[in-house]
Amino acid sequence: MGRGETILARGLALDVAGGSGLLLRGPNGSGKSTLLLTLAGLLAPVEGTVTIEGHDPDDGPALHYCGHRNAVRARITVRQTLDFWAALNGHTGLGADAALERVGLGKTAKLDAGYLSAGQQRRLVLARLLVSRRPLWFLDEPSAALDADGRVLLAELLSAHLAEGGLAVIATHDDIAVSALTTLQLGAAP
Amino acid sequence: MTGFLSVIRRDLRLAFAGGGDVLTLLLFFIIVGAIVPFAVGPDQELLSRIAPGVVWIAAFLSMLLGLDRLFRPDLEDGTLALYRLADLPLSAVIAAKVIVQWLTSALPLIVASPFLAVILTMDLDTFWRTVLSLLLGTPALAAFGAFGAAVTVAIRRGGLLAPILIAPLCVPILIFGIGVIAPLGGPGQGTAAMLFLAALSLMALALTPFAAALAIAWGRSRAPP
Repeated sequence: MGRGETILARGLALDVAGGSGLLLRGPNGSGKSTLLLTLAGLLAPVEGTVTIEGHDPDDGPALHYCGHRNAVRARITVRQTLDFWAALNGHTGLGADAALERVGLGKTAKLDAGYLSAGQQRRLVLARLLVSRRPLWFLDEPSAALDADGRVLLAELLSAHLAEGGLAVIATHDDIAVSALTTLQLGAAP
Repeated sequence: MTGFLSVIRRDLRLAFAGGGDVLTLLLFFIIVGAIVPFAVGPDQELLSRIAPGVVWIAAFLSMLLGLDRLFRPDLEDGTLALYRLADLPLSAVIAAKVIVQWLTSALPLIVASPFLAVILTMDLDTFWRTVLSLLLGTPALAAFGAFGAAVTVAIRRGGLLAPILIAPLCVPILIFGIGVIAPLGGPGQGTAAMLFLAALSLMALALTPFAAALAIAWGRSRAPP
């Protein structure tokens, strides 16, 4: 696994079962994000494969990926942003209003998404996970910029997702109060 | 289908809510046409003879200049990664973007072309032919442009690379576009050029979304994000 000419990890083999989560930990630059991107299929592995078992490829992509960047654009309202994501990924989960209410953005629905603070944008990204139901969540530092309530919310959403048999891989430096999480420690970059 | 329409709706909203981009390209189009009389002198006969070519070059340049906003903002804010994992195929997203690109960078130029017709003293018959050839040819320009933008999106600061890459591909569009306005050779040549131009546009619209999707998926999966 690596980027460009840089190899970040060799001989990595991991297996995550449904209903459980994996925390990726490691110092900055150790390859947490790269591993997430590779697992999500957004970055080609240098060698080896990523297999998702028990998912029919005809059902479309099985995973949600949330990177550092929130994909939130100014000049579009919060509600329109969420509707756009739901239309793109399919309305298979909560309704847009219910999802906004769940992540605590119910009052900002008509606001220009560009006015949201970093933490609120992060909450909006969490709402994206709710409007389209997908079994795999790949989250890159989901708790960054979130306040204490936001972290509780994140833990609740993750617990509910895992309880439904979902799977999550999370790269983070923070503690996430969810049971059924195992930790993979990545070493410093070679 | 709702996903396809929502991409169109979102990009149209972004293009017009800001207002700046569309207007800038429109002004660029008019300015390029308007400085030609100063460069070639006030010879009315000469001006009206080269007017169709000037209008086409102005449209060509302003459409190529607008290419960078096609995928780069989406790359920078992470929406492109989202598109790659969407239920909607990436090629459909790109087809939607080509449509928006045409609506925001070609249609305004066609609407504004009467200004240039007056500045360049075009006669009415030539003007209508010019509008027709622009209508038929600009979809191909938008489609080839999307392909160029997709190939260069992986390159940082690749802003002007797409126009340079795409310009040679667009020469046939220019040739047939001018052929519709000022048919060379015998009768029937204008119609033939028109049919060729329409065929080029249809082919480009049908094929480039797939090529562009491949370019993005391949390029992004190997480049640092």
